[in-house]
Amino acid sequence: MKRANVWSWVIVFIGLVYFFLPLVATFLFSMRAELGHLGFSAYRYVFSDPGFASNFGYSLRWAVLTIIASLLLVVPTVYWVHLRVPHLRPVVEFLSLFPFVVPAVVLAFGLIKTYCCPPFALKVSPALLIAAYVILSLPYMFRSVDAGLRAIDVRTLTEAAQSLGAGWITVLFRVIFPNLRVAILSGVFLTFAIVIGEFTFASLFAWPAFGPYMVLMGQSRAYEPAALSVVSFILTWASIGVIQWVGRGAPGGAQVAGVR
Amino acid sequence: MAYLDLIDISKDFSGGRAQGTTVAVKDFNLSIERGELVSFLGPSGCGKTTTLRMVAGFETPSRGAIKLNGEDISRRPPNQRHVGMVFQAYALFPNMTVADNIGFGLRIAKKPKEEMRNRVDEMLGLIRMPELGDRYPYQLSGGQQQRVALARALAVQPAVLLLDEPLSALDAKIRVELRSEIRRIQQQLGITTIYVTHDQEEALSISDRVVVMNAGMTEQVGKPFEIYNYPATSFVASFVGTLNQLRCTVADAEKGKLAYDSQQFTTSSPVRGARGATVTVMLRPEELRFGAQEGENSLTGKVETVTFLGAIVRIRVNMGTALVIVDALNERTLKLPEVGQTQTVSFPPHACWVMTEA
Repeated sequence: MKRANVWSWVIVFIGLVYFFLPLVATFLFSMRAELGHLGFSAYRYVFSDPGFASNFGYSLRWAVLTIIASLLLVVPTVYWVHLRVPHLRPVVEFLSLFPFVVPAVVLAFGLIKTYCCPPFALKVSPALLIAAYVILSLPYMFRSVDAGLRAIDVRTLTEAAQSLGAGWITVLFRVIFPNLRVAILSGVFLTFAIVIGEFTFASLFAWPAFGPYMVLMGQSRAYEPAALSVVSFILTWASIGVIQWVGRGAPGGAQVAGVR
Repeated sequence: MAYLDLIDISKDFSGGRAQGTTVAVKDFNLSIERGELVSFLGPSGCGKTTTLRMVAGFETPSRGAIKLNGEDISRRPPNQRHVGMVFQAYALFPNMTVADNIGFGLRIAKKPKEEMRNRVDEMLGLIRMPELGDRYPYQLSGGQQQRVALARALAVQPAVLLLDEPLSALDAKIRVELRSEIRRIQQQLGITTIYVTHDQEEALSISDRVVVMNAGMTEQVGKPFEIYNYPATSFVASFVGTLNQLRCTVADAEKGKLAYDSQQFTTSSPVRGARGATVTVMLRPEELRFGAQEGENSLTGKVETVTFLGAIVRIRVNMGTALVIVDALNERTLKLPEVGQTQTVSFPPHACWVMTEA
């Protein structure tokens, strides 16, 4: 084996250890709830706690609503930007990065202050939480959809469909969306992963969710928060697995011209 | 009134405050008869694709009207024009099979399933790919993809077929094959077609008429033979085919006598200008021959390069102030001149013409 190859493997090994060691440690810690031997009692406790199912159910609901709102906002917007105003793409991209620039706490207080009283009294409904999650997931959803649209020749495909008699709705649902399937799914599952574990917004807006539940659990129990962390990792990985599995069957991918 | 009329159409693009307005097409007029194949030929940026896109409905004319069968369609959305289009980038829907691509327009038009299936089969037969209906676009070669794109555009029986540089992305051999195929299908179906290209050979070989465009305007409209042999402007003359341009002086305008350096020759083309005035004389390389010929003009120069191009041999002769290109048809018995040799080049008086605008 060449010396360069050996070093590559050493670097990969160090990376894997750095990534997996804390996970293994967390998992082993979560198994030590029973004195003297390893067992799943922390997991049993977590799954039997009514708070787990209800809080996870709430987060699931917020995630689904966020995904729907995000898709309705981001996909047509990014499609329109690609098709009609491509020169505005950097502006939209910059706007999508706001959650990285503005801390979640600042954003939460800003939203509460703006929408606490009429005419925008949204605080009493989950709409504000969903709106905040849409903003939070914007960089991921935007980038996924944007990358998908950049991989296909949106303008030519749209024009080809139009010349065959298709209206805007048909173009979107029969031509653009099917070719963005993998990109949209990436955005969907990233959004899902973010919303499921989110703490700041849910806590400050005082809505039940999985994030605040995990923190609460950490304040009163020792091994169960570790079990919850492992469960949330498994859920995230399962989501990524679904992306891979669904994307596997996408025919043609993004090719518009030329021979593969 | 013709089948398709483009009446005084212009297209301006606003480039923002800094760049002002760009005129892409200016006062374009053209009448196309039913079943005709007309090519728009010109260099990049001459407005040919913009004009085509206005017919398709992807651009709206800033001024003028587009009439199809007497009906003004200038402001009609593209999906209601019943105009089929084939793109340079094929634009097949990657998520659909070949058959689904071809049937897409029929599905939009809500045709019965049986009719749709028959039409798709008919189209697959027309493009000679009856076995490939189940393939996806990525499983096809570039040439096959463009055939499918053509079949897809034709399946809906459009009123006009528009082809936007459909062969540009293909290699030379496939290009030649496919252009004959396009012409065959167009003639078989008798469909009115506009073909945009920057390739003069393509335009001249398949068109009923050619529109040569430059800087957003029409330079000349005519049959391929007329465009090549009787160019109306110096742009057409130099853009279509290879051309020798000689700066000459008028020796005797009435008798058509001209002088190049100290050598005199005659043209049968009308000459305007007083004695001593400068004019530009055009000569096609294939009209020139080596050696003095009786009753023909002759000029002498030194052979600079000899290039073998297969069917022809291109020889560049230094005539002092200009390099003159001579194209000799390749034959096994052809005697090629040596580089550096002094040679006489002859041509008949009718082969050279003087540009009016020069």
